[in-house]
Amino acid sequence: MSANHIISVLVENKAGVLAKISGLFSRRGFNIESLAVGPTDDESTSRITLVVKAETHSMEQVVKQLYKLINVLKIQELDPANIVERELVLVKVNADSSTRAEILEIANIFRANIVDVAKKSLVIEITGTSRKISGIEEMLKSYGILELVRTGKVAINRGSKQ
Amino acid sequence: MGKITGAQMLIRCLKAEGVEVIFGFPGGVVIPIYDALFDSDLRHILVRHEQGAAHAADGYARVTGKTGVCLATSGPGATNLITGIANAYMDSIPIVAITGQVATHLIGTDAFQEADITGITAPITKHNYLIKDIKELPEIIKEAFCIASTGRPGPVLIDIPVDISKALIDENIKAGYDLKGYKPTYKGNPKQIIQAVKKIYESKKPVIFAGGGIISSGASEALAKFARDAQIPVITSLMGKGSFPETDVLSLGMAGMHGTKYANLTFTQADLIIGIGVRFDDRITGKLSEFARNAEVIHVDIDPAEISKNVRVDIPIVGDAKSVLIDIASRYESMVKEKGAAVKKDWIKTVMDLKKTCPLKYGRESESLKPAYIVEKIYELTQGDAIICTEVGQNQMWTAQYYRFTKPRTLVTSGGLGAMGFGLPAAIGAKTGCPDKMVIDIAGDGSIQMNVQELATAVINKIPVKIMILNNGYLGMVRQWQEFFWNKRYSHTNIHESVDFVKLAEAYGARGFRVKDKKDVEDTIKKALEIDNVVMVDFWVEREENVYPMVPAGSPISEMFDCD
Repeated sequence: MSANHIISVLVENKAGVLAKISGLFSRRGFNIESLAVGPTDDESTSRITLVVKAETHSMEQVVKQLYKLINVLKIQELDPANIVERELVLVKVNADSSTRAEILEIANIFRANIVDVAKKSLVIEITGTSRKISGIEEMLKSYGILELVRTGKVAINRGSKQ
Repeated sequence: MGKITGAQMLIRCLKAEGVEVIFGFPGGVVIPIYDALFDSDLRHILVRHEQGAAHAADGYARVTGKTGVCLATSGPGATNLITGIANAYMDSIPIVAITGQVATHLIGTDAFQEADITGITAPITKHNYLIKDIKELPEIIKEAFCIASTGRPGPVLIDIPVDISKALIDENIKAGYDLKGYKPTYKGNPKQIIQAVKKIYESKKPVIFAGGGIISSGASEALAKFARDAQIPVITSLMGKGSFPETDVLSLGMAGMHGTKYANLTFTQADLIIGIGVRFDDRITGKLSEFARNAEVIHVDIDPAEISKNVRVDIPIVGDAKSVLIDIASRYESMVKEKGAAVKKDWIKTVMDLKKTCPLKYGRESESLKPAYIVEKIYELTQGDAIICTEVGQNQMWTAQYYRFTKPRTLVTSGGLGAMGFGLPAAIGAKTGCPDKMVIDIAGDGSIQMNVQELATAVINKIPVKIMILNNGYLGMVRQWQEFFWNKRYSHTNIHESVDFVKLAEAYGARGFRVKDKKDVEDTIKKALEIDNVVMVDFWVEREENVYPMVPAGSPISEMFDCD
């Protein structure tokens, strides 16, 4: 059964590494649903967070293949039940004097920030889980979304409860 | 402090890695490297096509166990290496391919003879590098050789822009490296090994399935000792040929699509398969869901990604074949001491009966010239002591079936990729690595024409390889499939009399002979082996001879069809 897997890959921060990793997914027939990359606290390493839809057996195989890449240091498959995950979205939405107040109200409910105001539009920044982001997107649709940019998912394991 | 060029440093580093020979072809952006070679005692063999260089480096590596090196220019030089690199990747052969690249400031501008060779070869190399700073060069060379030759071996490519080759570097620079993300596991997990030994001891019908991993880890002796002590029959893959003496009573030869019937039936009846250094690929397993349904599987491999990739594995052991085999054997011995010998006599008898009742067969008594007969004669006349290279197709399968390989590193064949045109340049590489050995390329008339230009390389460099062409005037393996599965519609497989191979050999300064008659086979082979030059023998074999037995693609391996 296909399910979304969240894979967190620690890699050496070298040229071409991302291409090698994304190439491996496509050549083994996987579609990457989301991807986020950035340096870690150690500047010689980067963290790549991938969301991939795959069957468990094929996922195990692709993780083993990933490990074979020389620049890959560590791979973790994150358990959705035990993580904090976030995405960030910027939405430019139609807003004139008649709708601006309503939109601000929605943004407030979702604890989103208004980061740009123009005569006919607003840019709203929302951070949260995929569900929350889909929720506000749904709400804003009726006003007319002019543009939407969304980062890949980043995720981190929760701390030990003991 | 003295300064030398990047190219000079490259040559120094190669020598420090123990490189004895490079197979290569010059071009614009590698002139600095060739200039440095001009002053060096490092041997360079000039090929006639870069594909030949990659295959030669591969052949050299297969017979010596050392890392082979090939060198080509940017753009077309580099892209011509690709088949050779892919071939080494599929068969886990350690080679380092060095390519020139356009100057750093031109990269990405579609400059003359520019190709993104690190991008292109990412899926077919174990690792690759584009050197962007001269200071990195010594450490990258070290890393490349380490990666190519350790763990599961494979090709590594190093792309060197021409300005890096020309730049100056302190000649005393010390290169250290730290491959943080690369730590192959050599030692097998003791718990898994204990479980495996118990399983082997308790099994009633075990069989060892030995692959190329036995050869690359140097585990042949350990394998022979364990198989004989424990009395377990041994099946090999194509790549595993030579890992266990095929003259041994326990040897069942190769399994799979054109394997022996008794090996396939043994797999089907076994209750335990001990796979060591094998990948269980589709040419071996046939229909996967039907493969060895009665057997549990122990799988030893140094590459964790091979475990449970194709067949489900009951006891996985990640580790080096030799180390794990030695551990298994010693624990098995203790178990036998403690509990008495495991009795598997009935099984050995069953297997020996299979061997007797369904041998490999062809029309041995026939008047006509059969390709299998020629391979048998080559085996006899070399007393099984030659290095045999093959091309790909029927010639390869007849060689695998009728030449009995008794020592590791004596069969040089394109297993995984199945690259026609491999045999001749690989033979050149093999003969370069083992000049005292007789090296023979058993070829087809189709395959040999794919890299026949390397005759010049062999003749000019006095590398006296022998080429035995099983000439049936067809692209024979495809024709065989067309005969069986495509109503004999021989679409574009008839290449009858496309070239006069005797004249071709002579044109290159080699010797050429033609044999049309069975009675001339023996004398001509003898003559070919004696002449101290490159010799090409053109055997006109029966045109529509097929390779038997055969398992149709996608069928279970127990369903083989055989000749009458």
